[in-house]
Amino acid sequence: MSVPLLEVEGVAKHFRGKDGRWLKAVEDVSLTLAPGETLGIVGESGSGKSTLGRLMLGLHQPTAGRVRFEGVDLAGLSAVAMRRLRRHMQPIFQDPYASLDPRFTVGASIAEPLVIHRLGDGPARRRRVAELLEIVGLEPDAARRYPHEFSGGQRQRIGIARAIAPEPKLIVADEPVSALDVSIQSQILNLLIDLKARLGLSYVFISHDLAVVEHISDRVAVMYLGKIVETAETAALYARAAHPYTQALVSAIPEPDPDRRRQRIILAGDAPNPEDPPPGCAFHPRCPQVMPHCRTVIPPRLDLGSAASPHPVVCHLYGPPIDSRAD
Amino acid sequence: MSLLAVENLTVGFDSGTVPLRVVEETSFALAAGSTMGLVGESGCGKSVTAMSIMRLLPSPPSRVFAGRIIFEGQDLLGLSPEKMRAIRGDRIGMVFQEPMTSLNPVLSVGFQIEEVLRLHRGLSHAEARARALEMLGHVGIGAPERRLAQYPHQLSGGLRQRVMIAIALVCRPQLLIADEPTTALDVTIQAQILDLLRRLKREFGMGLLLITHDLGVVAEMCDTVAVMYAGRIVERATAEALFRRPRHPYTHGLLAARPRLVPKGGKLATIAGTVPPPGRRGTGCSFADRCPRVLPRCRSERPELAPVGDAQLAACWNPVP
Repeated sequence: MSVPLLEVEGVAKHFRGKDGRWLKAVEDVSLTLAPGETLGIVGESGSGKSTLGRLMLGLHQPTAGRVRFEGVDLAGLSAVAMRRLRRHMQPIFQDPYASLDPRFTVGASIAEPLVIHRLGDGPARRRRVAELLEIVGLEPDAARRYPHEFSGGQRQRIGIARAIAPEPKLIVADEPVSALDVSIQSQILNLLIDLKARLGLSYVFISHDLAVVEHISDRVAVMYLGKIVETAETAALYARAAHPYTQALVSAIPEPDPDRRRQRIILAGDAPNPEDPPPGCAFHPRCPQVMPHCRTVIPPRLDLGSAASPHPVVCHLYGPPIDSRAD
Repeated sequence: MSLLAVENLTVGFDSGTVPLRVVEETSFALAAGSTMGLVGESGCGKSVTAMSIMRLLPSPPSRVFAGRIIFEGQDLLGLSPEKMRAIRGDRIGMVFQEPMTSLNPVLSVGFQIEEVLRLHRGLSHAEARARALEMLGHVGIGAPERRLAQYPHQLSGGLRQRVMIAIALVCRPQLLIADEPTTALDVTIQAQILDLLRRLKREFGMGLLLITHDLGVVAEMCDTVAVMYAGRIVERATAEALFRRPRHPYTHGLLAARPRLVPKGGKLATIAGTVPPPGRRGTGCSFADRCPRVLPRCRSERPELAPVGDAQLAACWNPVP
């Protein structure tokens, strides 16, 4: 296997709350992303998926563990070296309106990463902005207009143009289509898939929408309460979800086909407070297949796949039998 | 007879010189005990339609230009504000997308459920409390005594939505209007709430008008569907017919744009362009500029809803075969 573009190794991020308690937003996460790959990260609110995305971009310092980009540990970099590296890893956010300066013209916003990274001179940047607008499917005169003049879908196109402006290798997209209507969502997904092939990009695609993640990802990691509970190639994950949480998520996708109204797995209760995670397996209070030792023993990480196609899952169901009389 | 019949409803807002009509000539009916989905994208007029039924739009600036809303045999638009207040929350319940903005943050959960009973039923404090406790059980809230004393901010999003549903249903309405009731919720919580709504609808025998942008939710929940586009209903059918064979090009496009229907990574179907805003919808079909099946006539003459099959109507000069 070639050198991964991105390696996340045993990463944790803890935040201290106002009351002095520690919130373990991300705990012991390990992942790799190969060049040209799209890795989907799914989870519900509070699962830590956005924090993980920020760790991958070097926007948070990890509490423990390492993030390496093309083999370089982000933690060891000087501010200057980090800025140089940032050019290669760009974010796309859910609401581009919140990330575009309303006082900047669209052209100035798209050119900003070029200015920050000192790429080209004025005329070259203007040419590049025109080229980028064309790539993302906006009219050339968009450069002279302001963000409020655009619809949500068009604003996401502006956000994408800005992200690809410095020719990055990695894009971390956090819920990039969640705020959009279905017909617009499909336009943006098509654009992202096109750009990946055309520009040789790699994506980390963070979303709560399993149907969207399934469509765009080569591999998918499922997060629950700060930890990854299952990772697999997309087809394997959706066809043979092993973790009971993944099974419930997959069964809960609403299908626009009344013939496919199928048996849902309905989980009881809410996701627990990440400030006070349950002992043992954090999913045990909601798990339909809970066993006595799930309440006390942290489950092992086991690979149900093959060397060519790993399928790690963190669940006692697949572990060695534990003598429950010990409880 | 229908539980609810909306007839030729046209609603707009005063703005500058010409009023903007955001819902136009909208008609549909909901049979007692059945579920209808009113589906469409942002700005299509589905929420304005729901708010008009409940008469919750402030007027001015809103104005009903035409139409009738017949509920249990009487026209809601002709009722005095007092009579309407007596129906709202009693015969018709309503649940919104974001319970945090519809629940009062400074009143306890118990107070907010009991208030409905004291207002509509004149129950004493003790009677209301007993009914509120029972209702929390119906909506699947454990430890109800403790929950009654809590305030909205102490509850999760899923629990808040259950409380909203308890408030909406505590008087056992004949009709529940739910506007994007699960849109703000996580996937596993959405599944819980949809399951709850299905169960309560059956237990209480009420009609449900479900307003949503999510065709998946419609397929899971609804007997009939009306698809809105740019302020008008463009297709109306049983859910079965609509999903098996959508006839309006807009419905067809919406369904095709869903990611699960194409091979992974393949091109998703898209609908080019954007929805025309109110005031710029022209004299022909509002979808004409985005329609892959457009005919010259579509730009000048507006198609009316007309039968295109058994229990299926589409407003289209050139429906999908």
